[in-house]
Amino acid sequence: MFPSRFRYEAPHSLDEAIGLLRDGGDDVKVLAGGQSLVPMMKLRFATPEMLVDINNLPGLAYHRTDPDGSLHVGALCRHADLEFSGLLKDSQPMMAAAAPLVADPLVRNRGTLVGSLCHADPQGDWASVMLALGASVIAQGPNGRRAIPLAGFVTGPFENALEHDEIAVEAVVPAAKGTRAGGYLKLERRVGDFATVGTAVAVETSGDTVIRAGIALTGVGGSTIGATEAAAALTGKPLTAESIAAAVSGLPVAAQPRTDHRGSAEYKRHLVRVFVTRILTAGNGTATTGTPSAGERAA
Amino acid sequence: MTTVYDDLGDEALDEVPVRKIRFTINGKKKVAEIEPRLLLADLIRRGVGLTGTHRGCDTTNCGACTVLVDGRAIKSCTMLAVQVDGHEVTTVEGLASASELHPLQEGFRQEHGLQCGFCTPGMMLAAKALLDRNPDPTEEDVRWALSGNLCRCTGYQNIVKSVLWAAEKLRAEG
Amino acid sequence: MTTTADESRALDEIKIGGLGSSRKRVEDDRFIRGKGNYTDDIVLPGMLHMEILRSPLPHARIKSIDTSRAYAMPGVHLVLTGEMMATRNLAWMPTLSYDTQAVLATDKVRFQGQEVACVIADDPYIAKDACEAIEVDYEPLPVIVNPRQGLEKDAPVIRDDKVNQADNVIYNWEVGDKAGTERAFEQADVISKLELHYPRSHPSPIECCGSVADFNRATQKLTVYMTTQAPHIIRAAVAMVAELPEQMIRIVSPDIGGGFGNKVPIYPGYVCSILASILLERPVKWIEDKTGNLISTGFARDVYLKGEMALRRDGKILGVRMHTDADHGAFFSDAQPSKFKIGLMHSAFAAYDVPAAHLTARGVYTNKAPGGVAYRCSFRVTEAMFFQERMMQAAADDLGMDQAEFRRVNFVNDDDFPHRTPFGFLTDSGQYAKCLDVGLKAIDYENFRKEQQEARKHGRLLGIGISTMTEPLGAGNSREYDILGIKMFDSAELKIHMTGKAILRTGARGQGQGHETTWAQIVAHELGIPADDVIVEEGDTDTAPFGMGTYASRSTPVAGAAVAMVARKIRAKARKLAAHLLEVSEEDVDWELGRFYVRSSPARGVSIQECAMAAYSNMPDGMEPGLENTAYYDPPNLTWPFAVYIVTVEVDPETGVWDVLRMVAVDDCGVRINPMIVEGQIMGGLTEAYAMASMQFITFDADGNCVGSNYMDYLLPSAWETPGYELHSEVVTPCPHHPIGAKGIGECAAVGGPAAFVNAVIDALSGTGVRNIDMPLLPDRVWEAITYRRDVSGVPPVRQD
Repeated sequence: MFPSRFRYEAPHSLDEAIGLLRDGGDDVKVLAGGQSLVPMMKLRFATPEMLVDINNLPGLAYHRTDPDGSLHVGALCRHADLEFSGLLKDSQPMMAAAAPLVADPLVRNRGTLVGSLCHADPQGDWASVMLALGASVIAQGPNGRRAIPLAGFVTGPFENALEHDEIAVEAVVPAAKGTRAGGYLKLERRVGDFATVGTAVAVETSGDTVIRAGIALTGVGGSTIGATEAAAALTGKPLTAESIAAAVSGLPVAAQPRTDHRGSAEYKRHLVRVFVTRILTAGNGTATTGTPSAGERAA
Repeated sequence: MTTVYDDLGDEALDEVPVRKIRFTINGKKKVAEIEPRLLLADLIRRGVGLTGTHRGCDTTNCGACTVLVDGRAIKSCTMLAVQVDGHEVTTVEGLASASELHPLQEGFRQEHGLQCGFCTPGMMLAAKALLDRNPDPTEEDVRWALSGNLCRCTGYQNIVKSVLWAAEKLRAEG
Repeated sequence: MTTTADESRALDEIKIGGLGSSRKRVEDDRFIRGKGNYTDDIVLPGMLHMEILRSPLPHARIKSIDTSRAYAMPGVHLVLTGEMMATRNLAWMPTLSYDTQAVLATDKVRFQGQEVACVIADDPYIAKDACEAIEVDYEPLPVIVNPRQGLEKDAPVIRDDKVNQADNVIYNWEVGDKAGTERAFEQADVISKLELHYPRSHPSPIECCGSVADFNRATQKLTVYMTTQAPHIIRAAVAMVAELPEQMIRIVSPDIGGGFGNKVPIYPGYVCSILASILLERPVKWIEDKTGNLISTGFARDVYLKGEMALRRDGKILGVRMHTDADHGAFFSDAQPSKFKIGLMHSAFAAYDVPAAHLTARGVYTNKAPGGVAYRCSFRVTEAMFFQERMMQAAADDLGMDQAEFRRVNFVNDDDFPHRTPFGFLTDSGQYAKCLDVGLKAIDYENFRKEQQEARKHGRLLGIGISTMTEPLGAGNSREYDILGIKMFDSAELKIHMTGKAILRTGARGQGQGHETTWAQIVAHELGIPADDVIVEEGDTDTAPFGMGTYASRSTPVAGAAVAMVARKIRAKARKLAAHLLEVSEEDVDWELGRFYVRSSPARGVSIQECAMAAYSNMPDGMEPGLENTAYYDPPNLTWPFAVYIVTVEVDPETGVWDVLRMVAVDDCGVRINPMIVEGQIMGGLTEAYAMASMQFITFDADGNCVGSNYMDYLLPSAWETPGYELHSEVVTPCPHHPIGAKGIGECAAVGGPAAFVNAVIDALSGTGVRNIDMPLLPDRVWEAITYRRDVSGVPPVRQD
């Protein structure tokens, strides 16, 4: 299992990288963690003409909270950095729940959150998480930077809204207006499996009232699904068994799963309801994986 | 260095893009001239000639190819060799010192943590990365840290014991 | 008169690494340093690399193959197609089951992933590039993905290459007492029925198959380094297929990264690499990728059961009827004793006192990879025991009887041995009830049942599953057992050097079972030579005595016995040397571990090492010098280890996910040479049992596409999912006919384990009326069973939108 031939460049500055994309032709791919791209190239599902390796670009490995409360994740911040982040455990319960569930520990040492968003795999975990949080991707091109909200960033399976000469340099999660709670539950048959179903749920409360909610679904459609109606049904009222049930009842419509060897469409819709209910009922960030395990792993 | 090839065609050899990289492997500095598509696992096995790192699967699942790059455990079948330019690689052959086995190697022997031996180098390196980060892991921590390395022979129970044996020895050595 | 305690200078057997010593493994030294020598580690001067082009279609006529673009690539030396192989009579080869198998497809492709062409190039990357440049024009044909489709009236004949093949049936076979069984069913108070599918699985060792073929034109000798568990069988087969003289073929099996039966058959890749090396006069290396391994090499299981039990109201089994349909794929290529078409399926129910039984078996061709006998199966004993224990579970439920009690009242009693099973096997030893007692006590059975009831009141589903197995290991005696006509003995050659150190070679070939460690322990036991002084080699047909290899847990029973026997031959000669050294007659000489001594004067003795030196420097008149010998062992009978496996689980009714709470294993495998290694084998087998029960299988969609040809779809549990195990070794019933009383262990847990997990989940669902969920018990299947209160089948084709 070997990739076909390609040209390779490893620029040392962002401008250089952008220049390579601009002049490189139609078939250029950016290489960050490579944990999705390289496997596809090894199977020859992807055969780019040129790879632009951005791992040498300085100052992109960060994740930090700005004074205004927004979270910024740089393009070279690895999944493992987020898994072991004290910062996330305190302020981003859903991200803290999701990070350990991405792939496996070794892949997490190389793969990046931003790269995962750009790869736009409908089975990708971070896209749901970021969508539920109302995050944006910051793209940099020859004409400067722009922010692309997640909802418009993924345009189809393995397709994103970047121009061919733009690089995603950061993901931004807006500051919370209330108290954050939420979680990410994923049914995987074993560690590293693609999700049978994944559900990202983020709520912000002010007092008892839910002032913002986001629900997004992994693996139950052609791309990540934003369950905006269900989220809206939670907003503006306290979180009660009734409001949860009302929101959840709308979910099967939003989800568009296919019957396959991971299960029937009906089963997947059912799991979506179960997981969202569990996250909303459990409260702040406690999530248990849907993987059978020698021991439970609380986030 | 002289390289001699069979002359089987007209296509000029210099059409194959080759890149020069410098890297350190098990403490030794190396230069390599390689195609960008060469996978790190193949650079290690065929280029450098260290065959302790193994290739087991096509889909980045099994972890038999695990090595450390700058101390981080990664799957060398899913990294391009050109990406270690300027970096440090540690393979199983770099675990032991000149005179002594690494406690992980000793632990695997003491606790029967291997049978066919094929997954073992990867397991030990993933375990090393864990112990470097967390010198006193629980059984659960060990199983989680090794969840990217597959074994068909042992059932993992003795692998966990081997890692915990090594952790204890490393803590005792200070 | 024997020595008294203070005169005894017998060595401490455990200290010298004899039987019962958990001696650390010799193999580990190289593996922990990354200095193993696996097939892909071998580099020969001038070596080229081979890659195989595989068919994307499961059933199609080949209209044309164009290799010109591949040949044009720089670095490509040779492109082989079926047509080219046919000119050398190599497009087809005989299988180990008296069928034929395509090496490279000629007329048709018969399964997705079948080998169509191969490229030999300077570098594996170039070989892959060139494979992509080969153009094959296929004409698709209708596809058969399960035996039922294959048996339909208008089903396409897959093996239209065979002259007398009118349909897709390979064989019909039966054993047992049909009339007696019918009578039993007429007398039954209750008849319990069960139908299920044991899904296709794959041994999938982490290391794939491969070979480095090296034909030397100057010496005319062919050397093949390859992943094989049976190098001598390969040599015999290559001699037949390649028409090279047997003495000019050397098969070397270096370190193997796991076998589990996957590395017994002869694969097209080996044959192509050999031919390529002969044509190019250079070494050719072929290393399979994981997709090739999963999609084309010897899979396991894929058998359908229709089972019935005739029961008396008090719980006594009166009779058993079984019909099995085996999906063999496109070629019948199993390595199994030739007399038994469905392997040792008829070992089912051997541990229970069943008066009458009848088994009918049928084999069917389908558009899938060939195989069936593999994966720690002991020649389909995995299927036999799984079917048995699933039927036992259903029968107990149908009778309203406790699971443990139902088994207990039907066990063969300790004093009923030797016991003739209803299918004709002779079991010779066991303490079945005691093993069950140990297991039930360890899992705290009574309390668990109480906990289970209590939990149910809160909507929590707990379950407990019991599984027992006894299995015929150590195939097998020459009257009944052969593969391709070669009898299934095994061998050991022992050479004691003059300083009392030794080298031992056997006809077995371990792949992680620790033979280099354990065979030396047998020598230590028989001769008192410290195990550290004995080096063990296996796998090179030029030096190893002829043996049938390592699979079906046969090595300790057969090769291990040969080791004991050759050591005894050596001891017999050493006794003569001792008598000579001690200047007494042989009748006056006694033996204790490591030493011969004068019976009437025990302080006077000589060590085995002194005898060895004498064999080269001080022989009695007329004695041949040297202290070396060989033994070939034809086992008188099979050995019969026994085990009880008990699992407790909790099932999440909302998601169908289940977790193992505890797993208890009670294994009676007779004498344990190295307890540490035995436990390692059990845990490995239990993990494979867990894998098959929970997540691991190969299936096919309606178009014949293989689902499970890579590790994203073929799921192996990691350390995270895999449960912990509680192992019990209290019960030891030595084998009465084995020289050291050992029975073998390698496959027991894979044989008996799966039913324990399945029975536990089904037990958790008791009250829903669910009797069966086919393995693997994936969350969606369990959820479907709970929600709709119905059985769930896993028979292909898999549903897809």
